[in-house]
Amino acid sequence: MKFLEEKIFKVIMIGAAVIIMVTLIFIIGTVFYKGLPSLTWDMITKIPGGGFYLGKEGGVLNAIAGSIYIIAGALLISMVISIPLVMYINFYLPNKSHFASLIRFSLDILFGVPSIVYGAFGFALMVYMGIKASLLGGIITVGMLIMPIMMRSLDEVTRLLSRDLPNALLSLGSTKFEMTKVLLRQLMPGLMTAVLLAVGRGIGDAATVLFTAGYTDNIPSSLSQPAATLPLSIFFQLGSPVEEVQSRAYASAVILTIIILILSFSARYFSSKFLKYKS
Amino acid sequence: MILANRQLEPLTIDPVKEFKIPVQLKKVMNSNAIRIENLDVFIYEQHILKDINLVIPEKSITCIIGPSGCGKTTLLKTLNRMHDETPEVKITGKVYVDDQNIYEKGVNVIDTRKKMGLLAQRPCPLPMSIFDNVAYGPRIHGIKKRKAINQTVIQYLQYVGLWDEVRGRVRSSATKLSIGQQQRLCLARGLAIEPEYILGDEATSSLDPLSTKKIEELFIKLKEKYTVILVTHTLRQARRIADYIVFMYMGEIIECGSTEEFFNNPMEKLTRDYLSGSFS
Repeated sequence: MKFLEEKIFKVIMIGAAVIIMVTLIFIIGTVFYKGLPSLTWDMITKIPGGGFYLGKEGGVLNAIAGSIYIIAGALLISMVISIPLVMYINFYLPNKSHFASLIRFSLDILFGVPSIVYGAFGFALMVYMGIKASLLGGIITVGMLIMPIMMRSLDEVTRLLSRDLPNALLSLGSTKFEMTKVLLRQLMPGLMTAVLLAVGRGIGDAATVLFTAGYTDNIPSSLSQPAATLPLSIFFQLGSPVEEVQSRAYASAVILTIIILILSFSARYFSSKFLKYKS
Repeated sequence: MILANRQLEPLTIDPVKEFKIPVQLKKVMNSNAIRIENLDVFIYEQHILKDINLVIPEKSITCIIGPSGCGKTTLLKTLNRMHDETPEVKITGKVYVDDQNIYEKGVNVIDTRKKMGLLAQRPCPLPMSIFDNVAYGPRIHGIKKRKAINQTVIQYLQYVGLWDEVRGRVRSSATKLSIGQQQRLCLARGLAIEPEYILGDEATSSLDPLSTKKIEELFIKLKEKYTVILVTHTLRQARRIADYIVFMYMGEIIECGSTEEFFNNPMEKLTRDYLSGSFS
């Protein structure tokens, strides 16, 4: 009986793993199969020329650049706010602080807010402040979207940190700030994971940037100019009746996937560098 | 009450609620000793330490023994104010370190902790290289010169007998050392902040016999320069290295005195029961 139980669970677990792998391969396979034929050098080095959306020449460099600018800016904003917040609720507030649980609760709610709501909120904010759809608007809105994700995942790894290390540091006479600096080093792999999750969510999101960043065929040269993004670019190209443009949409999706893969692998690489001294 | 006839001991508890120091006791209580007066510690309304009065003589090894949960570690933590981090702990009473009540208002916690080198139960190296682990303390306490730091690091690594073992790889990760080496590294790290007291919280309980022996030898060496206060579970260890013993039970000090008298001629029934292994 016990043996059977063991076996059934093993089958269920292996089954789940296989389903995940097959789905992933299927999605990536489809995107690559449909997109690779149209993925030319021009796609990633040129901005859309006249009639690009009718199948004429050009590329999606505008969207690549816009997406990277927006996610980089959003990451910067959210890291600047997330790291101090997580350090505060974990190391400065007492263990069972009500304030800390209130913050975690609000973050959980923000986590569940759909991205279109962030987009609408960002848009309302921009109208109120009199800003037009721009790179800055996109950065701020995507920043708001990814902030709770980053905070929550960083918070989870920080809570898992053993109390031994903070105690050892404090007993050496460190101030809280000196202690936090050392602990942050220990938390670097966790921070990398948080960044990855945030990037994954932020770079692929279309709803937040729909109203706030706008769309343009040019590469933005200042924060006040509108910016194109890859998800929106894919959306517009897929909506075209021209078959060639549709397959370019898949090529753009390939580009987006590759960007995420590169980010993911480099993050793993760098976090393994930081892992050198991890206990 | 307890031990009223043993007040001549350098280590004693006062039977009177108000702490009066006998004249004989004052001799051993020079500026380096720790003096605890009427100390009560509560955690969530739970009375953990009950009216502790204790004098710890300088340049000696004092072992705090007792069954689990009797408040040994809590007592040790009051000495370097590590309870500050947990707001549910309430402390009343006075703890004099160098004739300064460390629970007085306006006392700098960092300075207090800097006087105490703590050796924890399990070694916890910082996520840095071996060198940086030892150099961390001097660095945060304001030593900038590279030469001075190098010297300090080498000096203390030699002191704990680690220098010959790690020579040539001081830049590699501290976590790659064996657990016994890590504990000696932690001791060197604690010594590098130049404390006057060494606190050990069951510092050898996670070590193998050989590493334990090395640490014990170090403690004996340390008492020439430092006042060593150890919490220990093993009676045999206390017997081997301690000069003075404090026996605690249920948050109270039951008996204290020199090691010889404590083991050979215990005054209290509870002590005799504990020593004979009736409970642990």
